[in-house]
Amino acid sequence: MTQESLLNVLELTVGAMLVYNFVLSRFLGICPFLGVSRRLDTALGMSAAVVFVMTISSAITATIYNLGLKKTFLINGTEVNLLFLKVLIFIAVIAALVQIVEVLLQKFSPPLYKALGIYLPLITTNCAVLGAAMLNSVNDRGIWESTVFSFFSALGFGLALVLFSSLRERLDLSAVPRPFQGMAIALITAGILAMAFVGFSGLC
Amino acid sequence: MTSTIILSVLALSILGIILGLAIGLISKLFGVATDPKVDLVLELLPGANCGGCGKAGCADFARALVSGEASPGQCPVSSQEVMAQIAQVLGMALEAPDKKIAVVLCGGDIQQTKVKTLYNGVNDCISAMLVAGGPKSCAYGCLGMASCARACPFNAIEIINGLAVVHNELCVGCGVCVKTCPRNLIKLVPAEAKVHIYCSSPEKAALKMKVCNVPCIACRKCVKSGEEGQFTINGFRVEVNYDNYPGEDIVSKAGCPKNCLLTAAQHLEIERNEEAGEVVA
Repeated sequence: MTQESLLNVLELTVGAMLVYNFVLSRFLGICPFLGVSRRLDTALGMSAAVVFVMTISSAITATIYNLGLKKTFLINGTEVNLLFLKVLIFIAVIAALVQIVEVLLQKFSPPLYKALGIYLPLITTNCAVLGAAMLNSVNDRGIWESTVFSFFSALGFGLALVLFSSLRERLDLSAVPRPFQGMAIALITAGILAMAFVGFSGLC
Repeated sequence: MTSTIILSVLALSILGIILGLAIGLISKLFGVATDPKVDLVLELLPGANCGGCGKAGCADFARALVSGEASPGQCPVSSQEVMAQIAQVLGMALEAPDKKIAVVLCGGDIQQTKVKTLYNGVNDCISAMLVAGGPKSCAYGCLGMASCARACPFNAIEIINGLAVVHNELCVGCGVCVKTCPRNLIKLVPAEAKVHIYCSSPEKAALKMKVCNVPCIACRKCVKSGEEGQFTINGFRVEVNYDNYPGEDIVSKAGCPKNCLLTAAQHLEIERNEEAGEVVA
């Protein structure tokens, strides 16, 4: 393996997961990060659903980008490029995809549906999922690269969510001064966690 | 320019049609038929997912209702009208259970009950119980570290003066706090029962009086002034019989010497005054 391709693999895996963590470095997907992190078991369910949806949706949006959006068509002698419709197309595809996945899961894998079912509609228009698709297209990644990047990004999201929910479960048992109780101390904790993740920068 | 507009309109329309068709086809082909009643019932349920019915959230309860495994009365939160509506959707008659609320059967706040030791561990009743039974000298009293208040999905429990007090107008009787309290002080009682004996200690009167100013010493004044069967004597304490509870006038009739036979409203007022620093006789 050449040094350059090794660096590329590192960037797509460790970089996506730790250095440019979706929640703590890019500030995407803050809503589920704060919303479903009160208990460890819901955090695990949400993380699994995000890994699932983000990987599939990125694979499909990357296919659309690489085979359709990126290309320039020549119609009546003028060049036409549909890249400006990127956000619109991606969000429509992701939303439809989540719907389809939900129906298929319910039919073919009831246990999985039972575990992820309540979280799937929550991530339909999650900005982390759209963000992964957008980052892939902005960086002009291929289909394989995009899928790997999204999978590891989603793992990073899950890591942050699980760490944070464990912290919050511990916080619930602590004597928190009154002005900081609830969401205030949660946000401060998230900030400190984000600072800790900055320690990874420069890794790759 | 025009060709860009035409192409984008075309591309999006085609994409929309394809996605719409795909969703429609797949839900037609693979869709699992769910009873439309489930959605109707779910809309009527409170949606707090408190678990008071014993199911994992309102959606689970709605499924159990429709399949006949549960009855609407098991939801402790819904009002009578909502239960009637649900019963109507399900096409069944409603058996009306009494609405219940929680009550913390202890009057030993920090002024009334002596503190035996300084506890500065985790501020949680369950944790405090692990450390030599907590800081209060009464081994059966409220620890006042708000485990129940944090567990309550409806914020109906307030810690006043180091004592948990239930706000009756907020309590829906889901029973989450009952399971939380490590000292089993919280009881679900009929909402109509207004009078309680705020003591749960089974110890002898002399021992209770050493550690607390407001214990039930089983003097039986209340038993004598009430009608037969309104109170039960349980060892060294008296309990209200919640199947045949006394009216509010029993408080003045009995004249409890230790001030532990009180209506919920009086109890709340006393704790409020004590918190404000006024001494109540």
